[in-house]
Amino acid sequence: MSTLAIDKGGPTRKIKYRSMSRDRTWALRWSYFFLVLFAIFSLIPPIYMLITSLKSSAEISAATNPWWVFHPTLANYVELLTSNQFLRFFWNSAVVSIVVVCVTMLISIPAAFALARMKFWGSTTLATGVFLTYLVPDSLLFIPLFKMLAAVQDITGITLLNRWYVLLFVYPTLTVPFCTWIMIGYFASIPKELDEAALIDGASWLQTLTRIFIPVALPGLIAATIFAFTVSWAQFLYPLVFTTSIDQLVLPVGITTTLIKGDVFNWGQIMTGALLGAAPPLIIYAFLMDYYIAGLTAGSTKG
Amino acid sequence: MAEVALRKVVKRYDDVEAVRGIDLDIADHEFIVLVGPSGCGKSTTLRMIAGLEDITDGDITIGGDVVNDVPPKDRDIAMVFQNYALYPHMTVAENMSFGLRLKHYPKAEIKARVTEAARLLDITDLIDRKPKQLSGGQRQRVAMGRAIVRNPKVFLFDEPLSNLDAKLRVQMRIEIKKVHQKVRTTTVYVTHDQVEAMTLADRVVVMNKGRIEQIGTPNELYHKPATRFVAGFIGSPAMNFIPCRLEDVGGKLNVRLTDRISFPLPPARAARYSALPRTENLLLGIRPEHLTESNAHLEPGVETFDTVLDVTEPMGMETLVYFGLEGTPICGRVDPNAGAKDGAPMRLAMDLNNMHLLNEATGAVL
Repeated sequence: MSTLAIDKGGPTRKIKYRSMSRDRTWALRWSYFFLVLFAIFSLIPPIYMLITSLKSSAEISAATNPWWVFHPTLANYVELLTSNQFLRFFWNSAVVSIVVVCVTMLISIPAAFALARMKFWGSTTLATGVFLTYLVPDSLLFIPLFKMLAAVQDITGITLLNRWYVLLFVYPTLTVPFCTWIMIGYFASIPKELDEAALIDGASWLQTLTRIFIPVALPGLIAATIFAFTVSWAQFLYPLVFTTSIDQLVLPVGITTTLIKGDVFNWGQIMTGALLGAAPPLIIYAFLMDYYIAGLTAGSTKG
Repeated sequence: MAEVALRKVVKRYDDVEAVRGIDLDIADHEFIVLVGPSGCGKSTTLRMIAGLEDITDGDITIGGDVVNDVPPKDRDIAMVFQNYALYPHMTVAENMSFGLRLKHYPKAEIKARVTEAARLLDITDLIDRKPKQLSGGQRQRVAMGRAIVRNPKVFLFDEPLSNLDAKLRVQMRIEIKKVHQKVRTTTVYVTHDQVEAMTLADRVVVMNKGRIEQIGTPNELYHKPATRFVAGFIGSPAMNFIPCRLEDVGGKLNVRLTDRISFPLPPARAARYSALPRTENLLLGIRPEHLTESNAHLEPGVETFDTVLDVTEPMGMETLVYFGLEGTPICGRVDPNAGAKDGAPMRLAMDLNNMHLLNEATGAVL
């Protein structure tokens, strides 16, 4: 485009072209300035965590420059990674998150497909209803949820409270509505002719879903998966309420409850635990970043 | 391959009647084009034949069997969509074989059919590409290929060329015609483009407001339109309609167009229209090609008149001239060397042997 402007125009055009390019350069400089500013702002806490995690307790409490490690040590990492308790938290978190992601996808994908494509009585209202449930904050929901599960436990005699697997019932109340909602949007952006073509080609609804919709909407599904995983992995309130025994805890609650004893904060290990805990979502994001962005911006451009 | 029949087919959406009881018989091997303005019910009709829309009333038969409640996959039809509707994650070969794979055809046969269809459509080189890597015309070919490999009873085309540019459209039109000559499958083709309809069809079905206006071969529709709608819809530029009346002048039947212009009708036409009441408001329908420059040897039935041209459009092989007759805009086609100029007076000749007379109130061609 820029060469076109030069070729076509006389001197006046050239001046305009140059000024446009200067505008662009300045716009770029400003964007970089703010992006760098923002990156520094959001990276300071994790960097501080990293620095602290490499210090001994003595150095943390000493009155030295908190932004520098004078005697780096991996003691905190060794201690946590060899502690059965910490590994137990990690394991609980991993199992809960992975199962919740699977359950969420198993419910959300067919639900979103049905709500996006099969027009039935009340489907639009239902789709809105699904989203509205997501808007209710979990800090309002946990008490009635607790009462519900307590009642279920009383009636059935199956122990649910204070067991890690209770989270498998609780987390989907957060993940399913949101994942269903974003997948409705994604499925709706697939042209109607595509399922009509599949229908004429002889595909059943299930085949249309598995062989056309899921592959075509894969970026959206991955975005939803990442979301469900992040929510399950980082959830704090529900595990705090529903699990209390040490061996039933998940990572976020485990770190804060076991590493803070009374008013003694084991900062080195807390920071190490938090960093280790942040690693799995970080790795997943890094690998699936492109898909994630493609999923969130679906339909904004012609595909 | 099979014949298709529609019997009093009605489609009603809540309070809107999209298709109002149409009857249509499509013979085996026939290429039928449904044409009409948007909202005339042509696409709905096609989708009802495909089974993508339920029919409210009436019967649709394919190959003699009533298919009203048969799902699309069991109707043995194939459809080509306007936006191609190719599966974006599959290669051309996978797109074409999807239907066969769902029906568990043997692998060797699938391969043979895909190869044959690809050869027919000249897309053999593209077989391993994804739709994203294809141009519009190539995608349309793949969509046709997907229809051909299934070897269905009926092909359904829903405005397949509307997304292509003008040049490619002409090319693909010829391509579609060639394919039909080779495979001879009964075809129902929907378009809003009357040129496409005329060039492709064995018979054209002109639809308007949910009804069939006329069914006929392209030439029948062009030369013997049944209604004002068909007369005005088929042909480009469209037929002129000039308000007129019949009158008797000296024992001859004349058609009076304006206070100044009254032409005697040729004997054949006079005989046909003589019984019509002289007071009725009529329309003279005349195509632009029958309004030409005047020359020295006028055929019988060709009458001349003088007018002042408003606008001229040189098209190369002809020049279109636009003028008004008492407020009615008229278009004529003259020789590019006839000296037609914007705003200039010109003597034009009207060939009344090719005129139509229409009832202004009902729109019927008399």
